Parts: sequence; structure tokens; C-alpha cells
Amino acid sequence: MDRSATSPSALTGAVKGNGDAVFATIVRCAAVLILLGLGGMVAVMAWGARAAFARFGLGFVLDKAWNPVTQHFGAAAPMFGTLVTSLLAIALAVPLAFGIAVWLTEIASPRISGVIGTLIQLLAAVPSIIFGMWGFAVLVPFMAHYVEPFANHTLGHVPGIGQLFHGAPYGTGFLTGGMILAVMITPFISAVMRDVFLSMPAVLKESAYGLGMTRWEVVRRIILPWSRTSVVGGIMLGLGRALGETMAITFVIGNANHIGWSLFSPGNTIASLIALEFPESAVGSLKFSSLMAVGFLLMLISLATLVCSRLLLRTRAAG
Amino acid sequence: MAGQESVAATTVLMDTDCCSSGRWQGNTLSDMRRRMVDRIATGLCWAATALVLLMLFSILFVLIRNGIGGLRWVTFVHVTLPPGQAGGLANAIVGSLIQTGLAVLIGAPVGLLVGIYLAEFTSTDGRLINLVRFVSDLLLSAPSILVGLFIYMVVVVPTGHFSGLAGALALSILVVPVVVRTTEDMLRLVPLSMREAAIALGAPRWRVILFVCLRAARDGVATGILLALARVSGETAPLLFTSLGNMNWSVSPAAPMASLPVTIYQYAGAAYADWTALAWTGALLITAGILMINITVRLGLGRNRK
Repeated sequence: MDRSATSPSALTGAVKGNGDAVFATIVRCAAVLILLGLGGMVAVMAWGARAAFARFGLGFVLDKAWNPVTQHFGAAAPMFGTLVTSLLAIALAVPLAFGIAVWLTEIASPRISGVIGTLIQLLAAVPSIIFGMWGFAVLVPFMAHYVEPFANHTLGHVPGIGQLFHGAPYGTGFLTGGMILAVMITPFISAVMRDVFLSMPAVLKESAYGLGMTRWEVVRRIILPWSRTSVVGGIMLGLGRALGETMAITFVIGNANHIGWSLFSPGNTIASLIALEFPESAVGSLKFSSLMAVGFLLMLISLATLVCSRLLLRTRAAG
Repeated sequence: MAGQESVAATTVLMDTDCCSSGRWQGNTLSDMRRRMVDRIATGLCWAATALVLLMLFSILFVLIRNGIGGLRWVTFVHVTLPPGQAGGLANAIVGSLIQTGLAVLIGAPVGLLVGIYLAEFTSTDGRLINLVRFVSDLLLSAPSILVGLFIYMVVVVPTGHFSGLAGALALSILVVPVVVRTTEDMLRLVPLSMREAAIALGAPRWRVILFVCLRAARDGVATGILLALARVSGETAPLLFTSLGNMNWSVSPAAPMASLPVTIYQYAGAAYADWTALAWTGALLITAGILMINITVRLGLGRNRK
């Protein structure tokens, strides 16, 4: 049928329309498949989690326990770890990414900027498990030998924030996890920022320079206000990545279901908890269902973040 | 580009002016403060860039230092063995190739079709298109471990066993959004006049799309598929609960299958020196492969742009 549509003699409306209709149907099916994919993921998580939610109710979300012996599970500790590491990562990555984006667009010459920009984007291509191994081999000993003892002695005695820096210097923990995530998401955020900065009409910057503004004043007063929405969108995109990251975190988080103020104490994240405990939980057990439930919560958190990010970035593209 | 240069020119002009006559930027306290803040901010931008580059080189250095020793013939021809028995990574390498290959074979056509849908059907399905594009973008950054859980529930549990095919399916979910994005972008770059010319010759729409537009965009689309391949070949989390890993030689997609990332994950945490050394070698191999694909793609893109 399709073949006949290609020969000029058969170019009647009916046959031509038929080929197009078939093609349109195939293409629409593929598109619906994507919707089913995401919808299916959410639905399957919810379905797998039903036993845990039936047993513990909504209190599951705020329950600190995770005890396979007493069959008592709660999501608070891994959720706390996920949020703390991701927010630490954002706090560290945003200034870095911003500095890089400004350097690439305003400071470096275009030729050098192209090379360095590519190198930084290569960092984004490095698989997360490599970050985990690097963190374990380089960052953890560095933290344990230098940063944490030092912070213990100095910042640890400052009233108010001292608690943040208490604890044994294992090297693993929330701060190390946050640092690894920060290195991972910096290239993503800086790529978004660089693209927005470059898309800005040059005349705006030129007039500001013409009025005698310094470079930093142009960045601070002209570029940043102009691109604020997309910059926040890029940051949310980075946050979304950080929330769902598994392999990089598993190596350095310390894997203890623990909530505490110390940045040096070992903790756990949802993704890391699933990676570690899922292989040792039987289908149908309460633990299995609880893991699906924390997975479902992670899905909700990261989807909400990504939706915000996309809405912010889309506003910019449209206007 | 021209705009950037003229900005730079303005800056230079201002600098010389301020040095020679000092008329524009005076020497009052507030002016000195402004220049100081500017210098500090510039210095911090340099520092941020240098720090992140340092991280990249530190990662590459550690990988090469720890992994280069394992780049021996035996690593490529022997399968993984118990500690102390001079094993290799052959089954993991082949498993990775099979699974990523299958993932691209499954994911790329779907991604292509969806990309075509998003780029070419805007006039008829505007609203659905926006939704599909939105969801595809969400999938691009969705937690990959949850993709693994999803496939575990819908493939591994019903079939009753882990399999390489399940791993490939999980990876293919990650391939689709990457291919969708690049296909759509590249199709939008195809000039309207080309479509009009093809339609004027009497070609049906599906032929115009497949043999004119897609053909014109094929370099970009191939780039997207390569990038997707690079992205999934380092993914570990989706494979943990789907293809599981396999200590023995196995190329059957119906059986549990080894893969480099999972083997690295299992070996890196082990207490045996030869296992950790193999983990580093695997990590070096996979990173080198991925970076090579990325560099090739970027160089290719740069050439086309010129």
C-alpha cells in the first residue's frame, strides 16, 4: 500500500491519505508510549507501595524508624538525607556554576571559552559511578584527614553553628555527599546559565558598559535580572538531578538511617537506600513495599522539582 | 559573536580612558571600591572555573593512575573470577555492549518517532504535543534507579528472573528522551522551503518527513543517538535490579547478564586488591569510551557549524 503511494500514477487522494494516516497513527502511538511510560512508573510505584501505606498510613512519611527486625519502616531518615545532600549540593554548585558561566561568557576570549566550555561539559558526561569511586578514593580521605578535624577544632566550638561540625571525622556523610553531587550538577547548571547569558541582546550590556559600569556591575545589575527566571530554572534542573542520584552518593554517604544536625555524620538517601536494601528484600514483604513507598515519594519530589524547572525555563523560551 | 567582541572593545576603551585621563572612573573612594569589587568578582570567577577543571583532571588522573595497570590482554579475554584467580572483565564488557546496543535498538526508533511527532505535527495536535514534550523532558532527568524499579516490577517479577533484556529495556527508557530532544531540534532546523519543494513534487507527507526532512537532519539525529549511547553505557542504577550481573560468560539476553558498571560497583567495594584494581580498570575503560564519543560528537558538530 505504501509502495503504491510512491508511484506518481497512484497519487490519488485516497491512497496518499492512507499512507499519511498510517504514519500519523504510528507516530502518535509512540508519543502516547512516552506518556504511558511516565504514568506507568508512577502507577507501579504507588501499586507496590500500597501495603506500606496501608500498614503505616501517612505517618510513614514522617516516621524516623527503619528497622527490618521489628518490621517497622518510615521514610523520614532517607528523605532527610536526600533533601540535605541535595540542598548542600545546590548551595555549593550554584556559586561555582555562576562563576563559570560568567567566566565563559564575559571574561574569557571566545576561543579559549569554547575549549574550556567543552571540557566542563565533558564533566557532565562522566558516569555517576565514577564520581562515586573518585569521591571514595580522593574526597573521603581528604575530608577525614584535613577538613573535618580542622572544622571540628575551629567551627565546632562556635555557638549556634558548632553542632553542624561535631562528630567523628569518618570522611563520609552528608557534607561529602553534597560535595560530590555539587561537582556532578555544576556542569548542568552552568550550561543553562551560559546559554541564557549568551542569548541576551548585546546592546543591553553595551549600553551598561557605555555608562561606565564595571564588569561585575553589568553582571549583577543587567545580566542577572534579565535572566533570573531561566537561572532559577537551571538551578531547579540541577536540584532534580541531585535528588535522584544514586551511585555517586552510595559510595560516600555512610549508609546509616540517621537524622542529625552534624554535617559529618553518616546518613542515607532514598536512592541509596533502595540500591542497598532492595536486593535483600523479598517481593511481597513489608520491607519491599516500604522501599517502593520511599521510591514513590522520591518520584513525587523529583517530578515536582522538574516540573517547576521546566515551567520556569519554558516561560523564558516563550517570552 | 560580534556583539561579544564589541562589548570587549568597549571595556578596553573604558580601561584606557580611565588610566589616561581618569575622567570616567574617578578616584573617589566609591569608585575605588567599585573597581575593587569588580576585581574580586573576576578573581572568583577565575577560581570557580579553575576549581571545576581541577576536579575533572583529578578524576581523570585518579582513573588513569589506578586503572592503567589493569589494561592487559588478560583483562579483555578472561571472565570475572573469584578473588586471587587473575580474572578479567570480558563478560562484563560484552554484556555492556549487548545491553547498550539493545537499548539503543529499542529506544532510538521510539525516540525518533516521538521527535518527528513533536516537530512535524504541531499544526494538528498542538496541545498533546506540548504535554508529550513536557513529559519527555521530565523523563530526561527522572531518577534512573526508579526506572530500574519500574522494569523490575513490570518485567522481572512477571517473567520470574533477571535478564539482560530487562536491563536493556530499563536503559532504553533513558535513551528515548535524549533521542526525542535532538531529533526534534534537528528537524526544526530543516528549512521550510525543502518541505514545500518535496510536497510540490507530489510526495505524501510521510515520505517528505522520512526521506527529505529526516535525511537532511541525519547528522544531528545520529549525534543524538550517539550521545544517548554514551549516557546509558555508564548507567549503573537501572541495571542493579534488572540484569543483576553475572559472574560467568553469558550472551543470552534471557539470562542475567554482566555489565561493566555493575561489575565496577560490586568490585569497588570489595576487600580484595585484585578486584578493586579491576574495578578501576573497568572505570577507566568506560570513562575513556564515553569521553571519546562525546569529544568525537563535539568535534563533528563544530566542523558542521563552520
